[in-house]
Amino acid sequence: MKQRLDRETMAMRVAKEFQDGDVVNLGIGIPTLASNFIPQGRQVIFHTENGALGFGPIASEGEEDIDLINAGGQFVTRLTGMSFFHHADSFAMIRGGHIDITVLGGLQVSERGDLANWMSPERGVGNIGGAMDLAVGCKRVIVAMEHSTKEGNPKIVRACTYPLTAKECVDLIVTDLAVIEVTPQGLVLKEIAPGWTVDEVQALTEPQLKVAEDLKEIEL
Amino acid sequence: MPKKKVYSNFAKAVADVPDGVTIMIDGFGGAGGMPEYLLLALRDQGAKDLTIIGNTVGLGGTFGAKPAVTYLDPSILVENGQVKKAIASYPFSPSPSRPTAFEKQCLAGEAELELVPQGTLAERIRAGGAGIEGFYTPTGVGTVIEKGKEKRVIGGKECLLELPLRADYALIRAHKADRMGNLVFKGTSRSFNAIMATAARVTIVEVDDIVEPGELDPEAIVTPGIYVDRIVKRPKAGK
Repeated sequence: MKQRLDRETMAMRVAKEFQDGDVVNLGIGIPTLASNFIPQGRQVIFHTENGALGFGPIASEGEEDIDLINAGGQFVTRLTGMSFFHHADSFAMIRGGHIDITVLGGLQVSERGDLANWMSPERGVGNIGGAMDLAVGCKRVIVAMEHSTKEGNPKIVRACTYPLTAKECVDLIVTDLAVIEVTPQGLVLKEIAPGWTVDEVQALTEPQLKVAEDLKEIEL
Repeated sequence: MPKKKVYSNFAKAVADVPDGVTIMIDGFGGAGGMPEYLLLALRDQGAKDLTIIGNTVGLGGTFGAKPAVTYLDPSILVENGQVKKAIASYPFSPSPSRPTAFEKQCLAGEAELELVPQGTLAERIRAGGAGIEGFYTPTGVGTVIEKGKEKRVIGGKECLLELPLRADYALIRAHKADRMGNLVFKGTSRSFNAIMATAARVTIVEVDDIVEPGELDPEAIVTPGIYVDRIVKRPKAGK
């Protein structure tokens, strides 16, 4: 078995997308890990659905404050310049286009950038949470997910078969094999995991990938 | 003389809740924002066939931070058979192997669910409190959420018509109240509490402390007292 990127490395690659001063909302899972890898010299303002902007890293043991949690229920810390607001204001920021980047997990992404991430039909039920509003409202939507399912089926598909979160919303897909940009002309393979060939990645991807002229290895 | 809002105990504050009403409860998923004593009092009071509007319907410790902080949430009403319907964005456990109490009842057909995207839920509650009878949002277009809803293109964007949510009661947790009902919150525990306080016929608030008018900085008040009907202080010995 060839080696794929681990979750930390994927999170590290995602974090490279954050520009200095960006307002960023992170979903649960790999996205949350990205907060540990902000490139040096850049300052990112984190937003959470439950009403805080500009908070600090995950709290260490003994430092927990029940009135300071992120949307994943993790304790976070205070940071100079942070602010609190209620839920309607929080989603006004999201829908109103005031959040630069959201990073979400994914179950399927289609070649047009449709996202399915809230319900796997195998379970039959699912939580929508803030995902639909984030996918529709944020300026840039990055999906961080494994390239294929545990059974080896592609998660990047021609058309989503799982219930949709939002249509044509995804801008960039970061997987354990590749970095793929969603463009009006289709999916463009920009970066590839070390040791993998284009054909091998294509074999695990349902739609046809366009290979970027400057295709490179995933850089951290 | 304005009506007296301070109640001496939680049981009195929820005594008149009849069967079949709609109740808003924050339920974001953290200990800080949960009206735990009001929930206990409502469980003991026993009103049934309730519709709960909240982000969750109680996750019963299946969600969130490690080390876990235990707290009571609307699961105790669900487990007690008091809930017939929920309007929520996150009613299921994040971990399929540990289903929430509501999840079990929902899958068994004993409880009804209206699943709502979280931002739409917040805005519908805000609209309910603000006398807005509907709004158009792009959230949910092309998904299961659009079923049965009016769709309209505004500014080149497909949008869904969403209607306001109002409740008979709201159970709110705040940090401090003065006797007029003015409220301040702490950190992320403001979340749904501050909007739900505006959208119920009777808003009942559980607070850490009750102070005299003038002791809260008017510039810092998040929920003006006109939204608040009843205030009860949490016992000091609590968590």
